[in-house]
Amino acid sequence: MIAQTLYDKLWQRHVVRQEEDGATLLYIDRHLVHEVTSPQAFEGLRLAGRKPWRTDTVLAVADHNVPTTGLPMEHPDVQPSAAAAKIYQRWFRCIEDPVSRLQVETLDRNCAEFGITEFRMGDPRQGIVHVIGPEQGATLPGMTVVCGDSHTSTHGALAALAFGIGTSEVEHVLATQCLVSKKSKTLLVKIDGAAGIGVTAKDMALALIGHIGTAGGTGAAIEFAGAAVRALSVEGRMPLCSMAIEAGARAGMVAVDDTALAYLQGRHLAPKGAQWEQAAAYWRTLVSDDGAHFDRVVTLDAAAIKPQVTWGTSPEMVVAVDGAVPDPAQEGDPVKREAMERALIYMGLQPLTPISQISLDKIFIGSCTNSRIEDLRAAAQVARGRKVAATIKQALVVPGSGLVKSQAEQEGLDRIFIDAGFEWRDPGCSMCLAMNADRLAPGERCASTSNRNFEGRQGPGGRTHLVSPAMAAAAAVAGRFMDVRTLS
Amino acid sequence: MEKFTRLEGIAAPLDRANVDTDAIIPKQFLKSIHRSGFGPNLFDAWRYLDHGEPGMDHRQRLQNPDFILNRPRYQGAKILLARENFGCGSSREHAPWALRDYGFLAIIAPSFADIFYNNCFKNGMLPIVLDAATVDRLFHEADACEGYTLTVDLARQTVVTPGGESIPFAVDAFRKDCLLNGLDVIGLTLRHVDEIKAYEARRRREEPWLFA
Ligand code: SF4
Repeated sequence: MIAQTLYDKLWQRHVVRQEEDGATLLYIDRHLVHEVTSPQAFEGLRLAGRKPWRTDTVLAVADHNVPTTGLPMEHPDVQPSAAAAKIYQRWFRCIEDPVSRLQVETLDRNCAEFGITEFRMGDPRQGIVHVIGPEQGATLPGMTVVCGDSHTSTHGALAALAFGIGTSEVEHVLATQCLVSKKSKTLLVKIDGAAGIGVTAKDMALALIGHIGTAGGTGAAIEFAGAAVRALSVEGRMPLCSMAIEAGARAGMVAVDDTALAYLQGRHLAPKGAQWEQAAAYWRTLVSDDGAHFDRVVTLDAAAIKPQVTWGTSPEMVVAVDGAVPDPAQEGDPVKREAMERALIYMGLQPLTPISQISLDKIFIGSCTNSRIEDLRAAAQVARGRKVAATIKQALVVPGSGLVKSQAEQEGLDRIFIDAGFEWRDPGCSMCLAMNADRLAPGERCASTSNRNFEGRQGPGGRTHLVSPAMAAAAAVAGRFMDVRTLS
Repeated sequence: MEKFTRLEGIAAPLDRANVDTDAIIPKQFLKSIHRSGFGPNLFDAWRYLDHGEPGMDHRQRLQNPDFILNRPRYQGAKILLARENFGCGSSREHAPWALRDYGFLAIIAPSFADIFYNNCFKNGMLPIVLDAATVDRLFHEADACEGYTLTVDLARQTVVTPGGESIPFAVDAFRKDCLLNGLDVIGLTLRHVDEIKAYEARRRREEPWLFA
């Protein structure tokens, strides 16, 4: 048998039929749905008189529009009841923006009408769609996972073939359980060696994007491998796969190993008993065979990666924390030079400014990239016994899900953050894209653990610097960027 | 879906690389539960000098005279000339909806982000990849002559310049067929119901834990 990559195996397993030109009907095992990209898809089903093919594969949650503060303390019972319905109403009313509220209400209505499981606002399991999928065991190795959201690639950390789709495709998957797709090219990103203390998966992801560019992975499915990736927990692998999309890739994935299996065992939707044994035996085959062919290979040395900070308006505009803002005058390519100049104007930065001299207005620790328990632990470790600098206007910690939040509270992380001067919020996308009330004011500068530093991403005129959770906490304490490795 | 066969229209050059979906349609407009009405907010942050929110009357807003699409010569443009990695960022289909609603039915660039590229076809729009040097030349020509009009012929897979030069482009056969005939892709897939069911039965045996 010829040696196959993990991607080849996942792809082949899901082919329902294939046309001569390669157009493939690909079967979808898990469909995650959120409020922003689904209303038009449900409307399409209704107009065509179609029904969802398999509702048991769909899991819905509202995350983009939900408020992260001022919510009732009382959580509704997960079982439907009149009392629970009343509490749900109270949760709803906390969405001040009527347009946002309508979108969340529409999701609830659509899920009720079509018989789809939804973690509604107020449900302790509610959270960012890419946090709750793995957390519930709704994402399993060997699955195809789709969601109307580009960061669906996150789920690849569990050896799933996971990718974002548009609303028309959301409708297509609901109606047929399939997608029409073509096989991608493969890119192996090997991160060898061991990352130094204070260097996280986020830094590896940013260093990679700095190296290959935001279009470096276009058309490709990335497999992350190498000793530094193997050494990461599943929670550490998720930011890598999440950021694969910022490298332009269609998907990111990591092969199955003991770490992945240990993470999954006992999760709510993971198989149990004899089925677990059967599943685990199959999942163990979900690795790239020795000698499998990749269309391209990129190798990085983890030991050479330092904590990263973006300086511009694209994730590829990134340097190490001990570096400086680059000078466009040194750039030979005119298109790139212009983009750099424009980015510096937008970001209000001068060429050659040392990163450590950039002071900040706000701090955001959250998003599907970095809001899991490990991220919060890393940030809390820096915040412990320290204070947010007086010059910082606001420092937010937004856990990725209700379950992450309660876990953190059990570990006392909330106290550490609150004592240091951070705000401890409720789960949601929050200031990652500022569709709810959490946002930057024009000109405000933010150290953010999210994944995109596009113009206006965190609020019109807002200036975003992408960093790891530990670096964001260090920036909160110092009021400017600092190398987290120099903190004792 | 509406058919796309042949398109003749003014080409407007948007000279920026990595134009992301947040720039194409900012997030405050994603709260709509409809597919239409996004045109007035296409490139909102670049197009207007004031900050836009849903529900504002765009005719009352302050236009940015420096933004290329606001120049009188590009009014009514149907073809957008763009630089590499156009449409990067989120999967929001609101981006092609906004472009289409504004009037753009074809976009020409050296490269597109995957999901955006795919989303265009679902909405009767044609993203065309031409090599960077050719795109660069089209940029210069569009800039140099007012009323610069291109003709896109999908059946022949060509872009024809005002000078009569015919530039070929590649497009996937299935997508081309869907666009030319305005096919309902879901309907096409549902022709294979038996195959999908047979596939499911096999997976159910192999991976029973996926079928609750
Ligand atoms: S946290 Fe940010 S990137 Fe992740 S799903 Fe929400 S908005 Fe998208």
